Amino acid sequence: MTGELGQLALCFALALSLVMAGAGLYGARTDASLARAMASSAALGMLVFVMLAFGALTYGFIVSDFSILDVASNSSTLKPLIYRISGVWGNHEGSMLLWVLVLSLYAGLVAFLQRGGPRLTSAALGVQGLLAAAFLLFILFTSNPFLRLDPAPFEGAGLNPLLQDPGLAMHPPMLYAGYVGLSAAFSYAAAALIVGEEAIRQQWVRAARPFMLIAWIALTCGIALGSWWAYYELGWGGFWFWDPVENASLMPWLVGTALLHSALATERSGAFRTWTLLLAIAGFSLSLIGTFLVRSGVLSSVHAFASDPTRGFFIMVLIVLAIGGALALFAWRAPSLQGGAAFEPVSRETTLLLNNVFLMAACACVFVGTLYPLVLDALNGTKISVGPPYFAITFAPIFFALLLLVPLGPRLNWRRGELREALRSLYPAMGIAAVAGLAVLAIATPRSLTAVGAFAMAGWLIGASVIDIRKRKGARAAAFASALAHAGLGVSLMGVTGTTLWRSEALEVMSPGQTMQVGPYTLRFDGVTNVQGPNYNAQRAHIALMDGGKESAVLEPERRLYLEQGQEVSDTAIRTTGLRDLYLALGDDRGQGRFTVRAYVSPLAPFIWLGGLVMALGGILSLWGRLRVKAPEPEKAASAQPIAAE
Amino acid sequence: MRNLALCLFLLLAAAPAFAQAPLSLEPSSFSDPALELRARNLQRQLRCLVCQGESVDESGSPFAADVRALVRRQIAQGRSDQQIENFLVARYGDFILMKPPVQPNTWLLWLAPFLVLAGAGAMAWMTVRRAQRRAASS
Repeated sequence: MTGELGQLALCFALALSLVMAGAGLYGARTDASLARAMASSAALGMLVFVMLAFGALTYGFIVSDFSILDVASNSSTLKPLIYRISGVWGNHEGSMLLWVLVLSLYAGLVAFLQRGGPRLTSAALGVQGLLAAAFLLFILFTSNPFLRLDPAPFEGAGLNPLLQDPGLAMHPPMLYAGYVGLSAAFSYAAAALIVGEEAIRQQWVRAARPFMLIAWIALTCGIALGSWWAYYELGWGGFWFWDPVENASLMPWLVGTALLHSALATERSGAFRTWTLLLAIAGFSLSLIGTFLVRSGVLSSVHAFASDPTRGFFIMVLIVLAIGGALALFAWRAPSLQGGAAFEPVSRETTLLLNNVFLMAACACVFVGTLYPLVLDALNGTKISVGPPYFAITFAPIFFALLLLVPLGPRLNWRRGELREALRSLYPAMGIAAVAGLAVLAIATPRSLTAVGAFAMAGWLIGASVIDIRKRKGARAAAFASALAHAGLGVSLMGVTGTTLWRSEALEVMSPGQTMQVGPYTLRFDGVTNVQGPNYNAQRAHIALMDGGKESAVLEPERRLYLEQGQEVSDTAIRTTGLRDLYLALGDDRGQGRFTVRAYVSPLAPFIWLGGLVMALGGILSLWGRLRVKAPEPEKAASAQPIAAE
Repeated sequence: MRNLALCLFLLLAAAPAFAQAPLSLEPSSFSDPALELRARNLQRQLRCLVCQGESVDESGSPFAADVRALVRRQIAQGRSDQQIENFLVARYGDFILMKPPVQPNTWLLWLAPFLVLAGAGAMAWMTVRRAQRRAASS
């Protein structure tokens, strides 16, 4: 029954999304208040029905209703409850439903908040409705999660063991909140182009800003979570692989970051108006392309559940329509935008522009690096690999140049800044950078210029942020927020550098009682016991961390054999001091109680994700400041406009 | 300010870096650390063809183990990194190199980021000049 209810709810949602699209777009006209009310109600109604459908599928997974094909092929009664629930989005059909659920949540939020006034909201809802309709059609026609299976099997096939992990249970919802959050910015940008009046158009950036922030925060957390998962789950201590699927999430983040900065300039001084519109379109376009890459099976990886050409084709058509439509609208309407702010070459505007230049180039690296091999293969079957060395040569220097400029931006005034004064206020940060660089040169081995540069850079970023926070006590939350986000970059940079350059590792075949040395640690292997998990059998090693002949801790890395799939997954044991990680993975059984043990010591590894968290906190603070103060600056007469325009 | 510098210094001091002879997946390896390091670096430049974007150095697959053994054998025979890479490319194609070679069909790949940087930079330059003229005339 629940399956049919879910199916029915999806159909209703589709109908409502079409109503929302039609009424919303019509409601952009002055005299259509009825259509506007209809679009808002349709958005809320659609949200209710999509929630129902999602609830129905979740229920199917929880009670293990194997008469639903999706449940039978992706779940099993043996799985613990949390993985039965996360299994809902651990497969193609369910993850697309999650995508639409998040889209509906944003549409509901847009309808509820009515930011930017009724006409702009209505047009934005119209665009959001079109997107929802397209994705609902995609689900109903190519990826229906409610298809029945008759006769129903007694047991399901289970979930990919790699995905049975708390970090990864949260990773997709987080990432989708980011990807799809950019759809709200996209819809508002399109709405600004649809609505003709200048006074209303100017509202879009301010209206869409909270959505950009939410999306950016979620993307930041989602990427950090994904990289953390890769670190502790894949078993060899790496944290970022330049894997196409990771790249697919990095590109929207880079463009989203550029968008936040460009939108700031547009909002505060009216600069870069067309560019900000284009970025909002590009950000969501890259989310769509990422979805296509990941979901179409063009790339095969743990993320690609579906390798079905019809789905790939459908998503491609959807992308072409969405991006093409938006760009056509842009080409048609953008020239009529009144343009151009006045500012001096030394000003906040210029630094924000440079931020965008470098972020675009960085994004181009990732874009080309990800797609070039695919295109080359499609053109003439030539296969090349674009691995980490490529990104080290292209992405790293471009991003490094961007970081160098980061502390300067917040110190220059709008319109006209004082470079000399800004630099003077940064003297302490330069001092910290020099100290950090010299300290690394003095103590760290192996000596490397990269490490010195990276730590000097981290000192520069963090130092500047600390000055900011100290100087501007009691200042606006926005200044504090940007200082925090920029400091997070420095923290992550230290983590990345420490882990990459100074990691030590050891791999030995150990007999019970034998000891091994890794970095400063002495480890004693105390044998392996067999452990039974809910849906796996594990070999659990007991490895004592020795401290001057005494046992100070026991680490227990495991090798799990998941019964349904017959797949082996390593479960690492990590002990962190906050400044470095001791990381153990259990390897092959070499017979007679002997096992290979892999051990890493990764200095500063926790900083990688700590930095991500700090960045996200900066975003949250900015959002909080934004929502707390309704209309912060009366400097623009336009802020009173939307009501007047009605 | 001084406190901060001190904190940073302590933080760095507390995170000592260790230069240890790194080991590969097979415990057996060169006794000469320089050769071992060479082998590791080379292994990192080679892609495991049967895995998902992992290098030969990280992968636990039999293919990767074979390539590691081959790399070590050839290093022991005194062949240079370039010779070993050429040998592998002749066998498996460019796909095995993590760093794509610079050749006519990858020129665009290598240049694109910097072309975008130059293009965006030029656009930014023009934008700033226009804004400056506007500021001067107002």
